[in-house]
Amino acid sequence: MSDQLSAWQLIVSGDAALFAIVRLSLAVSLSAVALAALVGMPLGALLALTRFPGRSALVVLLNALMGLPPVVVGLAVYLLLSRSGPLGAMGILFTPMAMVIAQTILIVPIIAALTRQTVEDLWAEYRDELTAMDVSPTGRMTTLLWDARHSLLTALLAGFGRAAAEVGAVMIVGGNIDGFTRTMTTAVALETSKGNLPLALGLGLILVAIVLTVNAAAWGTRVWSERQAG
Amino acid sequence: MRAPSSDLPLVLDEVSLQAGATAILDRLSLTITPGAPTLIVGPNGAGKTTLLRLCMGLTAPSTGRITWGGHAAGAPARRAILFQRPVMLRRSVAANVTYALAQAGTPRNQRARRAAALLERVGLSDLAQRPARRLSGGEQQRLALARALARDPEILLLDEPTANLDPAATRSVEEIVLMAAQSGIKIVMASHDLGQVRRLAGDVVFLVRGTLCEQARAADFLDHPTTPEAAAFLRGDLVI
Repeated sequence: MSDQLSAWQLIVSGDAALFAIVRLSLAVSLSAVALAALVGMPLGALLALTRFPGRSALVVLLNALMGLPPVVVGLAVYLLLSRSGPLGAMGILFTPMAMVIAQTILIVPIIAALTRQTVEDLWAEYRDELTAMDVSPTGRMTTLLWDARHSLLTALLAGFGRAAAEVGAVMIVGGNIDGFTRTMTTAVALETSKGNLPLALGLGLILVAIVLTVNAAAWGTRVWSERQAG
Repeated sequence: MRAPSSDLPLVLDEVSLQAGATAILDRLSLTITPGAPTLIVGPNGAGKTTLLRLCMGLTAPSTGRITWGGHAAGAPARRAILFQRPVMLRRSVAANVTYALAQAGTPRNQRARRAAALLERVGLSDLAQRPARRLSGGEQQRLALARALARDPEILLLDEPTANLDPAATRSVEEIVLMAAQSGIKIVMASHDLGQVRRLAGDVVFLVRGTLCEQARAADFLDHPTTPEAAAFLRGDLVI
């Protein structure tokens, strides 16, 4: 009980270290969502609109990659970015940049797979009209992505949820360095193991609150824009 | 405004379309020339929709040849089609029309003005900012007509555009179609409503089970059908 009280006190008093952690977590995860959307949405749309040998296998693989374990992604990115790795010269291991890269890799499959499904369903509906209007392949992709925007918001949320909640990847490539690469999830893990339950609980509560807020905002946006565009 | 090459006459030469073992269309030959509206008439399943899709170039025939103004299939720049259940883009009414204008190659700075004119033409000016998917069935058909007319077509193919509409909505769609016909657009329209045939048709193509049963001027077809199938259809007997 006293643990919970001090957790609330930390939040209410606006502890500076705590808010730095929150800020970094949000910056890393939102950047990863933005980058993954940039890659995953066109990729998903392309996969939805093209037919080639091995496509089914690729769709299955992409769906399977949605369950990619964060620690495996973390390890792979670690090997790439470590001093002796192929990208070691960039010297970005144990920086927020490395964390963004790892989380992006983690959620590209989620966004691409959900986009693929959404765009494919919409294409079934739009195919005749767009073909009759002689829309180019690129035009089809952008039209379908735009007209599916309400549903695609859910894909982004799924990606954000995954990024904000994972510990494994950011822990391995970020290193959980105090004041530099410590995120909410790595801090919760660390503080719990140290026995500092008030801070761990406070961070846990904020994490849940943020995920709720982001989802509520997205829901509101969706309702509003659907009312605008049908 | 018009490009020098023309999509007319539209010629189908011994065209068949197989779906598995069944023939949807069977060695159908047909020439569509400029002039008054051609109505494609026949019972459900006669192949009216398939014929329109072939005329649009959306479906390729299994055998036979289709040419547009002497050319084999090219880009359907001079053709437009109105599906029985048109799909509204998830955008505003005006944006649906500007989208069609953009695809038809209308320069960006003319799209807003032309979209307004097209919406005026189909009587949807007041609803321009509404989400297209919130329109009623009749309004959606009229918006789809505006989108089709945005292509500045030479041939307008229509697949039973009034099949699910009440008389008032049917009348406004027919008025737009007649106006388009008067402006020189060749109308090719599927229908199984004989009243509509009487109101709109210049000539009639009567299909039964994927074959061309009779082709005649509308008045001749309605008053002096030459085939027993057409006579039965006009009497209101069930022709299958």
